[in-house]
Amino acid sequence: MIWQLDLIILTMLVICAVGAITVRDLLSAALIFGAYSFLMCLLWAGMGGVDVAFTEATVGAGVSTILFIAAIYRTSRRSKD
Amino acid sequence: MKRLQEQARSGNLGEDLIIRTAVRIMVPFIQLFSLYVLAHGHYSPGGGFQGGVLLGASFLLMALAFDLKSSKELFPPKVIMASSNVGVLIFAGIGVVCALLGGYFMDYAAFAKVIPLAVPDWRSLGILLVEVGVQIGVACIMLVLYWELSSAGTLEEGL
Repeated sequence: MIWQLDLIILTMLVICAVGAITVRDLLSAALIFGAYSFLMCLLWAGMGGVDVAFTEATVGAGVSTILFIAAIYRTSRRSKD
Repeated sequence: MKRLQEQARSGNLGEDLIIRTAVRIMVPFIQLFSLYVLAHGHYSPGGGFQGGVLLGASFLLMALAFDLKSSKELFPPKVIMASSNVGVLIFAGIGVVCALLGGYFMDYAAFAKVIPLAVPDWRSLGILLVEVGVQIGVACIMLVLYWELSSAGTLEEGL
């Protein structure tokens, strides 16, 4: 894999991971998790694991984001702490 | 989200023409692609689980664009719950039938004794049959999970 691309994706992964646990807005956190899953999908596709990347793109970025939003719909949007 | 929740309470959620039209155009292509992924699961990335998730995502897209009530009219909950069980039964049943015919559990070559086809053909066809069961089960479970989460387990009112 091209190491420059690898470095960019890994840096954005760390930014997404830190952002998802620091942001107060739960809807934003769910969407940042979607972006994190998409970056992991790119990383796995680059490594040659197309099957894993496919599963990550459908389950991680697609369905689990919708399930997170459906769960947030049942609670309050801002976290209290 | 606040506005969405208020709209859901007042009952006029999903009056958006653009979203509904876009979903109507996109859903057939997603479902066709999920069948393609299922049919080519033997020798290219994909298979029963990924195809099932794609099919379930197309159901979820329709459930998101419309509200829970019209989603339940489109996919009757009894049919969805039953077919999620049918998927598991197809998956396990084919394995058990293989064992009953004298092979190992999920040894598809055992089918060659009943229906005369070459053993390699049965190994290929058996995987496809099992993956059809996986696809039906996964797609229906996805929709049930979304319904249960968005309506807090009551399946009455929700997103």
